[in-house]
Amino acid sequence: MDFELFTNILFATLRTGTPLILIALGEMVCEKSGVLNLGQEGMVLMGAALGFIAAVVTGHAGLGIIAAIIAGMLMSVLFAFLAVTLVSNQVATGLALTIFGTGLSGFLGAGYVGMAIDGIAPLPIPLLSDIPVIGKVLFSHDPLVYLSWFMFALIFWCFRSTRLGLTIRAVGENPEAANAIGIPVMKVRYGAIVFGGAMAGLAGAYLSLVYTPMWSEGMSAGRGWIALALVVFASWKAERILLGAYLFGAASIMHLVLQGLGFEASPNLLAMLPYAATILVLVIIASDAAKAKLSTPLALGRPYRPQV
Amino acid sequence: MLNITLEKRPSDSKVMSYLSPLFAITLTLLSGGLLFATLGQDPFHALYTFFIAPLTDIYGWTELGVKVAPLTLCAMGLMLCFKARIWNIGAEGQFILGGLGGGYIALELIAVEGAWVLPLVLFFGALSGLLWGALTALLKTRFGANEILTTIMLNYIALNWLLYGVHGPLKDPDGFNFPESALFSDFATLPVLSDDYRLNISIFFALFAVAALWALMSKTLLGFQIAVLGEDKSAARFAGFKEEYLTWFVLLACGALAGLAGVSEVTGSVGQLNPYISPGYGYAAIIVVFLGRMHPVGIVFASMLLALTYMGGEMAQMDLALPKSLTGLFQGMLLFYLLACDLLISYRIVRKPAARSIGSSSNPAQA
Amino acid sequence: MNQIELNNITKGYPGCIANQAVTLKVEAGEIHALLGENGAGKSTLMKIIYGVVKPDEGSMRWQGEEVTVKGPAHARALGIGMVFQHFSLFETLTVAENIALSLPQEEAKSLELLKQRIIEVSAHYGMKLDPNRYVHTLSIGEQQRVEIVRCLLQDVKLLILDEPTSVLTPQEVETLFKTLHLLSDEGCSILFISHKLDEVRALCDYATILKAGQVSGHCIPKETTTAELARLMVGDDTPLTEDYEKAEGRENFLSIVDLSHQSNDPFACSLKNISLNVKAGEILGIAGVAGNGQEELLNLISGEDTSAKETVFFAHKAVGNLTPEKRRLLGLGFVPEERLGRGAVPDMSLQDNALLTAYQGDMTNKGLVNTTKVKAFAQNIIDKFTVKAEGIQAQAKSLSGGNLQKYIIGREILQQPKLLVCSHPTWGVDIGAAILIRHELVKLRDQGAAVLVVSEDIDELYAISDRICAICDGELSPVAATNEVTINQLGMWMAGDFQAVNTDSEINSSPSNTPASNISKDQGRMKSC
Repeated sequence: MDFELFTNILFATLRTGTPLILIALGEMVCEKSGVLNLGQEGMVLMGAALGFIAAVVTGHAGLGIIAAIIAGMLMSVLFAFLAVTLVSNQVATGLALTIFGTGLSGFLGAGYVGMAIDGIAPLPIPLLSDIPVIGKVLFSHDPLVYLSWFMFALIFWCFRSTRLGLTIRAVGENPEAANAIGIPVMKVRYGAIVFGGAMAGLAGAYLSLVYTPMWSEGMSAGRGWIALALVVFASWKAERILLGAYLFGAASIMHLVLQGLGFEASPNLLAMLPYAATILVLVIIASDAAKAKLSTPLALGRPYRPQV
Repeated sequence: MLNITLEKRPSDSKVMSYLSPLFAITLTLLSGGLLFATLGQDPFHALYTFFIAPLTDIYGWTELGVKVAPLTLCAMGLMLCFKARIWNIGAEGQFILGGLGGGYIALELIAVEGAWVLPLVLFFGALSGLLWGALTALLKTRFGANEILTTIMLNYIALNWLLYGVHGPLKDPDGFNFPESALFSDFATLPVLSDDYRLNISIFFALFAVAALWALMSKTLLGFQIAVLGEDKSAARFAGFKEEYLTWFVLLACGALAGLAGVSEVTGSVGQLNPYISPGYGYAAIIVVFLGRMHPVGIVFASMLLALTYMGGEMAQMDLALPKSLTGLFQGMLLFYLLACDLLISYRIVRKPAARSIGSSSNPAQA
Repeated sequence: MNQIELNNITKGYPGCIANQAVTLKVEAGEIHALLGENGAGKSTLMKIIYGVVKPDEGSMRWQGEEVTVKGPAHARALGIGMVFQHFSLFETLTVAENIALSLPQEEAKSLELLKQRIIEVSAHYGMKLDPNRYVHTLSIGEQQRVEIVRCLLQDVKLLILDEPTSVLTPQEVETLFKTLHLLSDEGCSILFISHKLDEVRALCDYATILKAGQVSGHCIPKETTTAELARLMVGDDTPLTEDYEKAEGRENFLSIVDLSHQSNDPFACSLKNISLNVKAGEILGIAGVAGNGQEELLNLISGEDTSAKETVFFAHKAVGNLTPEKRRLLGLGFVPEERLGRGAVPDMSLQDNALLTAYQGDMTNKGLVNTTKVKAFAQNIIDKFTVKAEGIQAQAKSLSGGNLQKYIIGREILQQPKLLVCSHPTWGVDIGAAILIRHELVKLRDQGAAVLVVSEDIDELYAISDRICAICDGELSPVAATNEVTINQLGMWMAGDFQAVNTDSEINSSPSNTPASNISKDQGRMKSC
């Protein structure tokens, strides 16, 4: 394989993995607190739509990112109100969020389909980006790629050595006990959910402002769902999310590789690859039930409302 | 000072479980009116256009039936799964596979004449959906893979498979390179009830499924076992009900029903394969099941409402120049409000005097 | 001056009043018992003191000052510590992390310093703890130490213990009492919640007795007889004495031969070389602290786990790989520990719950359910076992613990099992129901069934079982006739010392054969209201 192609593939892998990292990290925090939010897809789409709209209207991509984060957070507050305050079924509520987000983003973005914007320019890091191969692969990205690394480090550190991380884990493992020792369970869960929403919104902005600077209905193409699988695959560990996201990124750009190598294949068949890979991954991780049980937040998906 | 709090009911309220969908519909209509008003539309006119105008003539009602049939079939299958708390989100993929599998046979037999062609096509459609469901069952029972995620992934794979088909091997050679298949022969087309309308006999498939599943759930031990598995896995295991067997049963049944819906759609109102054979019936059916209280009769009514949101979306697009995605918006809103109102089934809202200052000797009042 | 004073505390929940005008005073350094049977409102009252539950009415004075406890953190800042009956621990965190979470942020800044303090404090009070271990690897007794040490790390002035001894072996109880005496000597007040009258008499200076949410009396336990205490707890109209003849079993019905079992559940206990016979016409009791393999053993007997292969026999027929419904056809009846969420489906009606295990008889025909017969059966259970419920359409979750347990046991017994396996038959059950349940178990034995009872309640086992043994860490002690095993010896067995011989010259030193001395167990596994 020629060297430049290889470098380009690695570069594209990192780009493709970035939205998955953002979504999966957010969802991981949310699940650590015991809440399963299946609405990622809806929140990502809302982030993408509103991010794009704000960027078009204001002419400023940075404001687009902020709008996307706010959109994701608002969607997650909706989810939190139902799932935490009104103790609704988390699975159904998450699905509702996805259906709602898909519909609303399509509705709001309808007037913006086909428009083009400049998007966010890459920000090569001085000196580092001049290193051969590594410089191109790691240090010539747009700011959001670097931000995804920062968020990874932040979350890794939070769960490794902060009281906040410990508190979130405690709430996700045993909300009754957490309540009994005075941890504000509902607040922690709201916080975790809204953080997840912000991350999903950010991922949406990445899609519509960086990855493919445009808006089209349903443009997230199941990334929200793949990220959910990724969290399971990573057994709720940030470092494995990073690894998993890049593996998925690689699977998603397989068609580039194959074309580069001169293979002809139907784009529709190749488009199945990430989804098939997700199923494969689910099968592999589920086979070690004992390990899965140890790493799954014990109260995941279980609504809790303290009795006062 | 009054303070509103939630209080858990000792046992669930049956009345509320019937009222909750009505509340949800009312709230959706109110929010919809508000939404239209902010868009600068006359809310009453807009709501009329969306929810009533589609049903002002017989044609409208028959079109409703055209959409009720696939929705009900998918929803009946999902009802079985949800009763067993198996979160099969895969009706969409099973629907597509049903259409693709049945459509493939119909295209193979495009030049064949005979009354047996249609049953064969329908059979293969249902079988394709069933096999797609079987894949989920295998992944769940054999490997323990989470069915929510596997079914979603299978939906995407199914859609891409359909796209591959209509862009590739199944494309109509005389179709000016449009991504769609040739039109099926008359022998592979569902008979319509009247030549003036598109409504075809698939509505009877749906009604038959409703009757059959109603009997299954209310009269048989199998139905009881499915319900117990869903309510309480430990109790099902304790009683000796076979989780694996039941999982296979509900997923296969759902696959076959959704597959039948899919093949009925392509051999009925669509008449060929194209990328748009499902406007998201498989997802909308999820809402139908919840709104219909997981009860066959409720599901029929809920299907009608959801079918109406599709027609309303089209109507709003034509008459009010609003985007068609209004449909998804209304569907999502409906499910949200429903889930919120369902709180009232197991909780009641009480007005309690604000936490009396402790130590004060107010009289013992119990809300 | 009183350490704490509660005046006229009232707390109601929908459908019941947990506390009504309760007044309670505890002096500094006093060990004060709060006695009462299940549902008397003890736990609610303690949660009010600790700020987990807000009272509807009433006031609280702490060291003479009127206070409103805003929450557990506030309670701890005041100097109130609480050891919950159902531990408030996080299994996947370490001991130190668990403790850090309940301390104020400033005090838990350095985990290393905290670990040092944990080691010091736990050594001082004779409760050794390794701060680095994960909680799920600790025994129940050790987990309780974590709860206690967690309180002691802060300057605790009042320690509340909710049924602390129900999960301990008799020897562990002694150690705990030593610690509590040491604390009280240092001036710490202790509120000791229990229904075990002998323990209260051994430990406490003063007792307040609750009955149906109200204070029914006060006394000095050391000067009061067990019978008098029991009377204060249950009132005048409930019979207290039970006396069952011991029986000699006939042929073996259930045989377990050299059963070893390794679970792939990381939280489960492995079973090692278990051999056991239960004869027709006898009750065999297995004592033991929860989590020592009872659950795993019972699953292998009930068929919910079919990996036992050629080690489990019903009347000489190997059943190890048979599923529950096949074992039921051979005569098995099973009453699991979890009443709601295994023994009964919470959201389903009593009618449906009757069908849950009785579906193999004439209530179904070719897969169709005969609703008339199911209804009659459900009604029959309600009538024969005096279940208080709003008819057969009532949801299982709407019944009280005692009534639901009567319903479940009735459902199993009315199917005339040849072997009834019963896990914790009377935990969380009021005294009236407990007596009826024990009576029915003995009656079933007298009709010739083999009965296996697993319980944490030693007094109950002494009262009804004909032979007794204990399980510890997945191993089974020797089995012996109940009246040949002293409580001391049983305690050693429960702690895993199977070589222990009778150290006590007095045979059958069971504390009392009136189970009223151990009125009821409120294990917190149900909502206690």
